Formats: sequence, C-alpha cells, structure tokens
Amino acid sequence: MSERIRAKLNILADAAKYDVSCSSSGGTRKNDNKGLGDSHASGICHTYTEDGRCVSLLKILLTNHCIFDCAYCVSRKSNDIERAAFTVEEVVELTMNFYRRNYIEGLFLSSGIFKNADFTMERLLRVVKKLRLEERFNGYIHLKTIPGASEDLIREAGMYADRMSINLEMPTESGLKLLAPDKSHQDVIKPLGFVQNQIVQFKEERKLIRSVPKFVPAGQSTQMVIGATPETDKDIMHTADAFYRNFSLKRVYYSGYVPISNDNRLPVLGSQPPLIRENRLYQTDWLMRFYGFHVNEILNDANPHLDIDIDPKLSWALRNLQHFPVDINVAAYKVILRVPGIGVGSAKKIIQARKFGKLRIDQLQKIGIAYNRAKHFIKCADSPYQLKDYQGTQIKSFILAESQSKYIKHDTNQLILF
Amino acid sequence: MTFYVFDGSLEGLLCAVFEWFERKPGQVKLVSEAAFLPDAFSSTLHIYNDAQKADRVWKGMESKLPRGWIRRCYCTYLSEQDDAYTALFEFICYLFANGAGAEKNYGNPFVLMVSQTARKVEREKHRMEAFIRFQHTADGIFYCGIDPDFNVLPLIMNHFKNRYADQKWIIYDIPRRYGLFYDLEKVEEIKMDFNTQKNMISASSPALSEKEGLYAVLWKDYFKSANIPARKNMKLHTQHVPKRYWKYLTEKQSG
Repeated sequence: MSERIRAKLNILADAAKYDVSCSSSGGTRKNDNKGLGDSHASGICHTYTEDGRCVSLLKILLTNHCIFDCAYCVSRKSNDIERAAFTVEEVVELTMNFYRRNYIEGLFLSSGIFKNADFTMERLLRVVKKLRLEERFNGYIHLKTIPGASEDLIREAGMYADRMSINLEMPTESGLKLLAPDKSHQDVIKPLGFVQNQIVQFKEERKLIRSVPKFVPAGQSTQMVIGATPETDKDIMHTADAFYRNFSLKRVYYSGYVPISNDNRLPVLGSQPPLIRENRLYQTDWLMRFYGFHVNEILNDANPHLDIDIDPKLSWALRNLQHFPVDINVAAYKVILRVPGIGVGSAKKIIQARKFGKLRIDQLQKIGIAYNRAKHFIKCADSPYQLKDYQGTQIKSFILAESQSKYIKHDTNQLILF
Repeated sequence: MTFYVFDGSLEGLLCAVFEWFERKPGQVKLVSEAAFLPDAFSSTLHIYNDAQKADRVWKGMESKLPRGWIRRCYCTYLSEQDDAYTALFEFICYLFANGAGAEKNYGNPFVLMVSQTARKVEREKHRMEAFIRFQHTADGIFYCGIDPDFNVLPLIMNHFKNRYADQKWIIYDIPRRYGLFYDLEKVEEIKMDFNTQKNMISASSPALSEKEGLYAVLWKDYFKSANIPARKNMKLHTQHVPKRYWKYLTEKQSG
C-alpha cells in the first residue's frame, strides 16, 4: 500500500512541478466551522526546493494521462513515461495529513486531460468538494480550470477553490500553434473571461446579500513558458499587460523553459534554462504592478529586449536621465518610486520622515535604500556638489564596477564553448 | 549619566518611562538587571514595578500610537535584546515628548531601531509559522519543539489556534522552558519537566503514532520530486531556508 502511494506521488508531483505558481496568498477563508485550516492573508512558504522555489502547496496532478501532444510538456501523449492516477480519496488523505503536520498551506490540483475536458473537470471538482464539505478543510485550494469544460462545472468548482488558473503556455498565438497545434489562445481566453465575469457578479451580489458565497476569492492567474519559442521580451510583457488589464489577473507567471525532449522545434536537451531572462521579466512585471510603470516605458519598438546585465528600472532611468536628479526632500511619491535603488518600503518611509526635517545621506542609508546605486539619481540635504553631468553609459559602468552581480557565475557557465 | 535598571519585564520598562518623566534626569541609559554592570562614575536607579504606573504609560501609548505601532513596540520588547530595550525606552520617551505622529520620523534613530527590531521579530514569527513541523504522537497530540531567536510564542498562538482547531497540539520553546498546549477548547501555557535539546522526536521512537513515519517519508519524497535539478541554486535555497532552521524540517532529516 505505502509503496504504491509513494510511487504515485513521485510520478505525479514530478509532472506537476513545471507549474510555477505556488502562491497561497489572498485567501480569505476563516476557520469558522471548527474544522482544519485558516487562510493566512500573505500566504506562507513552508519550505523551498534546492532550486530556490517556494513550496507552500501540495502541487500534484490528478493523473498524467493526457490526450494532447504538446511538444513542451512532459506529460504529452507521445512521451514514453510512467503513467499514474490518484483516486479522489488518496488526494484528500494526502492533503489533510500534510496540512495537519504544517507541511503545506493547501492543495494545488491540476490534471492531464483524460477522456475529455468535462470528465477531468468533474474529477477535480469531486476532490475539492470532498475536502471542503466532508473534511471541513479551510486551507488554500488552487485549481486548474480545464479549458473546454462546461460552465456549470467551472462555476461549481469556483465556489470551493480559492484560486483558479489556466496556462497561456506560449506568449503568442503563433508560438502556441507551432508547439501545440491542437490548442489556441482562444481556448484560454473564454474560460478566463467566464470566471472573471462570475467573480465580478458574485462580488456585486455579495454587496447586497451578505450570505452569497465567495467565488474564487484569491483571483485567477496564468503562466507563460519563456525561451521555448523566439518571442521578444516586448511580445511577452505586452501579452502579460493585456491579460492583467482584460482579466484582472492576480499574477502572470513566467517559466523559463527546461529542455525535456529532443524535439527539433525546441532548445536542445541540456541547454541552460534562461534564468536571468526570467528574473528580468519578473522585475518588469513588478515595475508594472507596484511602481506605476507602463509597459511601453520599459519595452517598446526601440528596446524590444530587456538588458541582461542591469535591471529594467536602472535601464529605464539611464535612458531617461532628463528626469534626474530627483530631490528626495520635495519630489512626489510616484517620482521617488522611480529612482533605481529605492523600493516601495523605503519610498514610503522617506515621504513620512521628510516631514520632520530635510533628510541627509546617512539617514537615507539607514532607512535602507541602495545608496550606491541611488546616489547618481538623487539630491538630498547634504549631497556633494557635482560639476560634471555624467552620461548614462558612465553611470552604468560606475554601478557595474562596484556591484557584484549574482549572475556573473551563471554567465560564464552559459558561455563556455571552447 | 544615570543607569535605570529594570527587571526585564514589559511592566518594568513602562515604569522606567514613568520614572523618567517624573524626574526628568536628562540623559539616562536603560539596562536590564541581567546585563547591568555598575561603574564608579554613574549613579543608578532601580526601577520598582508598579502595575498602575505601567498601565498609565501603556494607555498613553495607545492614545498616541496607531495599532500597528503598538504591536511594533510589543514585538520589540519580545526581542529580549538589551539595545532593543534601550531603543524602546527612548522611543516611548520621544513619543511622549513630541506628541502623536512622532513615530513617523524615520530619521530618528530610535524610531528606526524599533521599527527594524519589530521587523526582525515578525520575520522570526513568520518563520516559525512556516517551519514548525508537527509530529503525531502515539497519544494523539501533534508536537513540535522549537528554539526561536526571539520569544515569539505569544505572537504565534492565535495563528495555530485558529488553524488547527480540530486537533490537539503542543508547541514547546525548549530554551525558554515553556510551551503552548491546545486541548480543542483553549490554549494553555505549560511547563514540562524534561531535558531534551532535540527539536524532533526520532523517527523510530515508539512515542510516535503508527502512520507518522509514512507521512514523513511521503513528504520527503514530495520535496525531492518538486525540485528541478536543471535550475539548482543552493545560494538562493539557503537564503530562504537558513541552515539554522534545518533541524526543524522533516524534509531535511536524513534517513
């Protein structure tokens, strides 16, 4: 018995690990039925794998049998791998027992498509219903919406799940057609739109009638594979921006492609996943969501790719030196937020602290800004007087000279050819 | 200079603030009894605890500070560090001398120190919420022994009480020699008489329930399966899970 479940868990966790989302935040479920579990507003990462990714949910597939043959996916029909499937009871028991030991925040359940979309969705629904209704489980549940499943099933699943997601897989339609001829972005857009409408509708009703149940309280997310097809960073971020705007997504995840097959449409086996690029895309994503940047300011026709050696905020600042230096003691919050080396937390502290007197360099350093980087772009009470205006390239070389990039190691790793 | 010596309790610290405003002695240094070393050139004042005085100071703080800052002060106290006590004392004095709103002056070293210490304590609290691993014992209680950097048990109590409402559990702070026990109704402070330095009960011990071993193995398997070897990044891994916490983690135990 225990050997069988171990083998299943290994196969189905291994197949699920390429889904990057592991967030457990945004849930609002309270433990009001003396059951198990209570959501934590900011989510909790219970451990991290050796590749540095957070583990907060039990992330598994219900099965890795699949009728599709998508070139980028390990579970594709034509791949010769071991197949397995959990029963509903097994998933429920694993989730409950892991949760009781404080291993996880909840369940991330996805599945290969077996038979058809409705059959698969119905199975997923049975797992979440059993957890919520029979086991009184109030932890976090992230459920994959199966494209093509009936709206009734999706609506019912939404009453029990905290988050639902559908993966966009490739940033552009043409990329998707190349690797997964059976799929299209339209398949994703329809259910995303449906769930989004339901979320809005349930929220409206809740305002009038308090007893209306919650519907997908932690919102929706999606994921794109990076580096499998030749899209530019601009294509990727513009797609992400459109999805953020049209479907009020909570997150778009970018997953650097890890080569898993010998398909000649894809990067060869053994090539490094594009980790730096992935990191730069996330930085851009953050700039768009928390720093008030518009995607066009960072990526446009003149700059279709992000710099690899410096982060996107610094690279924007170097291209737009006319906005600097910013006087820390008078500038608006929005402007301070755009200074390289100053984050949201420090910017807020600066705004509050300067009401008590002009801020000096030492105070800024203590507040926690990256002063060596920011000093080229700011003025404060005791900034040294500077005769010369530096060019963007000069500032860049100053900053690069005194910073140790955590990526230098990887760079050489990727460039050894001879 | 004058030393204010208090007993290390929050009440004592608040009384010290009260005494300072009653005497206005100028520059003083607050130290706890445990860390106090008398010297020849300074005078010393021993603070006597008085619940009424402490209450007045606390009420005053509540009327001047938003709730988030009250929590920050409490967290700073729980850090149990001497320079944090000093900063907290100076911060409260600064607040009363300058009126409500003074806590926003991040240019003031004590304001910054209190806010940063509180952050450290909150981080440790969050790590405990993340890294505690219960073991199911043969008598049906979920147990975990911890030794956090700061005294965070009072902060994590509600989190665990709300979350594990249908199971009995014990979280025991081994070096501070007290713990929390939830009996399905309420949480109680307990003291146990045992000498262990270990956070986990060994996997072969008969004190564990019969299925505990299976789930520990399944969790270790899951931890291995979820890793993508092509992306290995141990530096990032240890940054997120510092090595001093590995002793708590089921997935980091060998065998």
